Amino acid sequence: MPTIFTPPQVDPRRKPDHSHDPGEGDHGSGRRPPIDKRTGGSDNGDGDNENWNDRPVGSRGPRERLSQTRIGIASALAGDMMFFIAIISAFFVTKGSGQINHYGEYVNTWHPTVIPTILRLNTAVLVLSSVTAEIARRSMFRENDAMDEWIGLGKPISRRAAIWLSATLALGIAFLAGQWIAWRQLAAEHVYFASNASSHFFYIITVAHAVHLFLGLVALVAALLSLRASRQFATRQIWVDTTVWYWHAMGGLWIFLFILLEFFQ
Amino acid sequence: MKHRTLGFAYLALSTAALLAGTTLSLLMRLHLAWPDWPLPLHGPILPEEYLGLVTLHGTLMLFFVLTIAPLWGFGSLILPAQIGSRRMAFPKLNSAAFWLLTASLLIVCASPFVPGGTAISGWTAYPPLSAVASAGPGQGLGMDLWLASIALFSLATCMAAVNMLTTIVCLRCDGMAWHRLPLTVWGWFTASLLSLPSFAVLLAALVLLFCDRHLHTGFFLPATLVVNGIVTHSPADGSPLLWLHLFWFFGHPEVYIAVLPGMGLVSMVLANFARRRVFAYRLMIAVMVLIGGIGILVWGHHMFVAGLSPFAGSAFAISSMAIAVPASAEVLSWIATVWGSRARLTTSMLFALGFVSLFITGGLTGPILAQPILDQYLHNTFFVVAHFHLIMAMAGVFGLYLATYYWFPLIASRTLNERLGKIHFWLTIFFAYSTFLPMHITGLAGEPRHYAQLTGIIGPSGTLLSSTMPLQRHITVSALCLALAQIPFFINLWITLRSPATSASNPWDATTMEWAPNAFSEDPAAPEPTTHVAPCEYSLDGETFHPQWQPVTQPNQPE
Repeated sequence: MPTIFTPPQVDPRRKPDHSHDPGEGDHGSGRRPPIDKRTGGSDNGDGDNENWNDRPVGSRGPRERLSQTRIGIASALAGDMMFFIAIISAFFVTKGSGQINHYGEYVNTWHPTVIPTILRLNTAVLVLSSVTAEIARRSMFRENDAMDEWIGLGKPISRRAAIWLSATLALGIAFLAGQWIAWRQLAAEHVYFASNASSHFFYIITVAHAVHLFLGLVALVAALLSLRASRQFATRQIWVDTTVWYWHAMGGLWIFLFILLEFFQ
Repeated sequence: MKHRTLGFAYLALSTAALLAGTTLSLLMRLHLAWPDWPLPLHGPILPEEYLGLVTLHGTLMLFFVLTIAPLWGFGSLILPAQIGSRRMAFPKLNSAAFWLLTASLLIVCASPFVPGGTAISGWTAYPPLSAVASAGPGQGLGMDLWLASIALFSLATCMAAVNMLTTIVCLRCDGMAWHRLPLTVWGWFTASLLSLPSFAVLLAALVLLFCDRHLHTGFFLPATLVVNGIVTHSPADGSPLLWLHLFWFFGHPEVYIAVLPGMGLVSMVLANFARRRVFAYRLMIAVMVLIGGIGILVWGHHMFVAGLSPFAGSAFAISSMAIAVPASAEVLSWIATVWGSRARLTTSMLFALGFVSLFITGGLTGPILAQPILDQYLHNTFFVVAHFHLIMAMAGVFGLYLATYYWFPLIASRTLNERLGKIHFWLTIFFAYSTFLPMHITGLAGEPRHYAQLTGIIGPSGTLLSSTMPLQRHITVSALCLALAQIPFFINLWITLRSPATSASNPWDATTMEWAPNAFSEDPAAPEPTTHVAPCEYSLDGETFHPQWQPVTQPNQPE
């Protein structure tokens, strides 16, 4: 065979050249996968080939309710953080409110409270609980497994997530138990809520956080119940996602509060 | 509950609070002018009862009327339609907020009837009066009920704010971009954004006050305090100034929450009836958000005489003067929108213009009070009372009337009678000014506020108070007339609601989405609303207009 082929003349009555239409043509990297022309197929670079964001409300795809709930919980957490910021600013103001009395002496009645060392263990427990919670949350969104559960082929994800959420619940209860022990230890040293300015803040800060964490435990129980009882997979995803983000916020807040109480008194 | 029903429910709650609060204010005025006048079935009003009236009047009006009605009342009714949605983001959360607010109102209305009576520490609840139960009548159970009520209120407001914010962010329809949102929605958005941090801080302050009252702490109480001759000790050397900081960090954004939705609505209504675009529309969006933002930084101007460092006073004076800049920009935009237009002076338009007038009058005394050296003299005088009643109470109420007259065709398929509306407007604005303008004069003379007794005082104070008494009597008579001037409004409501519904769907030729034909449709098969243009698209001669829901058929539509 000759080593050089001369390609035969192609029929000049060619089909129209679509290679420059959006979605068609080589783009230099081989043929792109076909795009569903009904949904628009606008590849605007953010992976939104299905044009989810530009559809009317209610048809924006499987993540729509989830993103609405995330924005809701984010606003609620912003407000909640302001609650703690108010208490923390009162803490700093009270700590720094030394004054010169009418004898010309500087008086500051702030006696730092030495916090029980069990709080370090509690912090570690809470961080671990955030880890387990995040494992649970991410497992809800693993696409291949989620597909099966979405269309009703069993509940592999929900079962796995339920195990990790239960671990989070157990660790959360352990944290609260540890906080309780810390309060008993302080009470044994005769440091009560009403003892002095710094104990006021120690107790109000830890109790406020514990109340919020208890609400997080209630939410975890609700999420576990929804994994069993709720019929739509998207709803289960939303329950777990919201609860875990709230849990992370409480965990992050606790780290901040712990550093405050440990090092900034 | 559907958001439309909830909107009516919130408005009903606010109306009940408004009627109660107005009655209390009239009792206050009658007592000030004629102290010996006996209240029927009761006798003369005692000083502690007067202070209880002051507390309840402030609490009911600021919290239950001016926070609920413009924001959650009209917001729940109209906001979804204005952004092209048929629902809110979290209807159950909105419902829960409503029920908490109802409980809150019932608790605070129950407080006068408990042993000891209602709290007397004002809506501001300054310690040590509010922190020590023995510090005054009503400071026991009455104060506890007030605390419980406002704590529930704060929680409910945060819930409703989360709902409103998520609705605006997520549920805007196709084409409703941020720069096409009506300024009313921007007002609701900024007010909701402000509600979250401010009410959270109030809740924290209430928790600390509760601990001081019942758990023997000393967050706000100094180490040694003498209350009614009895020496009390607190375990920590706290300071009432801490409460003032926390409370006013909430309290100042609160007044912007009360007035921002009204400001947004006024811009849109002025544009509607002047048949023009809002002057500097996108700048007004930025201005509104800026007012909200700076409003978080000015709280110390309520504390100029509280013992702050003078340097802190200067800092707050600068930020308070700074907030006059975007507020003035907003006023100039209103004026420029209507200047030279042949505006159609319907009742809604008149109330919008009345809002502008009251905003200017009340606002001009703001920079005066923002200067610490002037506030040294004017603090706690009637000058301050005049300032906030004009710019917040009267302007806020005018905003509520504006919303009622403007949206009545949407809410009730009927238009309120124009003649009665105009009578209502002119009487109200005349008596509003007649009531509150003289307070500037008495305040400048040095007349203090919160005094239960303006007569029978000896010495120089007595001379001052007797010199201002004629004006005080005038103010009382005028306040009574102001209350009576609302009768035409209720007559109007009554006769309009009893008349048959009309079919005119857009009587004001408005451009915003709530006036679209299917905006409130409950039919799930109805087409989704879509927005095509910015609001206030009027032709140059004002004759034709392009509503937001109408598709664009010609190219080069101005944005």
